[in-house]
Amino acid sequence: MFELNLNTVDRPTAFDTDTLWDLLVVGGGPAGLNAALYARRKGLQVAVIAKDFGGQLHNTTDVDNVIGHTLVSGKALADKFLEHVRTLEVPMLHDAMVHALTRQRDGFMIELADGRTLHSKTVLIATGSRPRKLNIEGEVTYANKGVSYCTTCDAPFFKGKHVLVAGGGNSAAEAVIDLSHYARHITVVHRSQWRADQVLLDKLATLRNLTVHLETALLAVHGKDVMTGATVLDKATHTTRQLTADGLFIEIGTLPISEWVKDLVHRNERGEVVVDENQATSIPGLYAAGDVTNQPFKQIIIATAEGAKAALAITQYLNHKTKENPHAQTI
Amino acid sequence: MPKLFNDDIAKQIETILEQLDKPVTLMLFTKSGSCPTCAETRQMLEEISALSQKINIVLKDLEQDSDLAKQYAITLSPSFVMLDAEGTYRGVKFNGIPAGHEINSFISALLEMSGLMPKFHPSVLKRIQKIDKPVNIKVFVTLSCPHCPGAVQSAHRLAMLNEHIDGEMIEAQTFNALSNQYKVSGVPKIVINDAHELVGNQPIEAFLDAIESL
Ligand SMILES: Cc1cc2nc3c(=O)[nH]c(=O)nc-3n(C[C@H](O)[C@H](O)[C@H](O)COP(=O)(O)OP(=O)(O)OC[C@H]3O[C@@H](n4cnc5c(N)ncnc54)[C@H](O)[C@@H]3O)c2cc1C
Repeated sequence: MFELNLNTVDRPTAFDTDTLWDLLVVGGGPAGLNAALYARRKGLQVAVIAKDFGGQLHNTTDVDNVIGHTLVSGKALADKFLEHVRTLEVPMLHDAMVHALTRQRDGFMIELADGRTLHSKTVLIATGSRPRKLNIEGEVTYANKGVSYCTTCDAPFFKGKHVLVAGGGNSAAEAVIDLSHYARHITVVHRSQWRADQVLLDKLATLRNLTVHLETALLAVHGKDVMTGATVLDKATHTTRQLTADGLFIEIGTLPISEWVKDLVHRNERGEVVVDENQATSIPGLYAAGDVTNQPFKQIIIATAEGAKAALAITQYLNHKTKENPHAQTI
Repeated sequence: MPKLFNDDIAKQIETILEQLDKPVTLMLFTKSGSCPTCAETRQMLEEISALSQKINIVLKDLEQDSDLAKQYAITLSPSFVMLDAEGTYRGVKFNGIPAGHEINSFISALLEMSGLMPKFHPSVLKRIQKIDKPVNIKVFVTLSCPHCPGAVQSAHRLAMLNEHIDGEMIEAQTFNALSNQYKVSGVPKIVINDAHELVGNQPIEAFLDAIESL
């Protein structure tokens, strides 16, 4: 009944802004936290800067694909990750928004929204992702007036109503299951075929108040004060039709949070930071891990693994650098 | 009634509250008769105040203490205001129980009201201080919304930093009629001076943009 989130309620601790860090991790989700754990154990001077700790785990009700945990809440997992990193006394700056990253002679300078600057020999980009929008007519107009991106937040407002769910992956399937406790009827509209795990599809098959339109694209959201329906295109027959609905939950994946490094690193057409097998970006000393990278599978266990890989590769990078130039001056 | 906070949570909260600087008073308005969540809210505040000597609670009745309720512009129950060490109301109000994820905006407000305000960029502070007309910020939330506390926190911070601003959390399910009146179907829903709306959890700069455009 109480979802205490230690990083919202904790006060910012004293954080040394004069140090030249070995590694500054930007982002406190699974990727960033695991990178900090690995780097600290390797003996690096590492710190984590994040808007909040836990990342998308806080938007996730149930997680049941992290091996060793049969069913765990996203929040409980986030708390465990955080606790583990805390035992190693890694300095963590929370409620800190990174505005800009620039290259300097000794590495990088990070600028925070509150004006502070931090310096580090290497930086890990682990800023994750945010929900993707459909970019269709009416989506912005009816945002919070029927259109929603957060099922756990908004499902209670749709008691006894008809809602659409856009998407065909795990999060769309989970949204349907959450909504089925409230909504009178749910209609899934997805432009291709299901990509969700079979276990979730099996659960959907047991729902009586569900209709599924695959190979169907959403074209527009309509309404007056609030949303009243949507136009969809049946891709097989090339016919459009109107669906009457009170709500639309959009669960079509995520977009990387990478605008803050767009002038520095190579990104692909989706805005993902392109990394090699060591999580290195196009800039020496700058690494990326988790949902923000061009790795296609956005999952907790994969984000954490990428964080670990990055930390190990960074350790090697720093070792090589000191070998090459043992008398290098620090600032 | 069994305790709302289990031992684990109570201990965690107690540790956090050790940081409290100056004392804070919570003035709760309830109503006799039908008042969903009044009893729970009262119990929650009582349990919280038992965890720190610096938190005082004062219990009031919306009808019997109507003058006081008027002074704090309270029309709903349960509803409580947070007063600083001098007993001054600085625009921090909660309508409904701050349970679920809202425990975070509640504890954060306690710490900040006690004097632990976070640092802001000087340019942001300047914009906040410049506001000289009355501003009311309503933040509608559900207790299962992970990014709602951030919006409530911003509204309350603005209120604490400028005497013309007040910020109120409104728990949408308890105050169903009010939520319908404001056509709330997604949270957080931020309504400024009953006219301007912001969608989703927005940075404090977005609140300021909206306030400045009033
Ligand atoms: C609803 C939902 C359900 C999911 N369910 C599952 C599941 O069951 N199993 C599974 O394996 N995966 C699931 N996922 C995916 C999983 O949550 C992500 O793959 C994982 O969280 C990615 O971790 P990350 O560390 O890369 O990024 P994130 O978790 O997104 O963390 C990013 C971090 O960066 C911070 N940040 C961003 N920008 C800035 C900035 N400018 N300055 C400072 N800090 C910043 C954020 O505050 C956050 O701390 C789910 C995702 C969603 C949305």
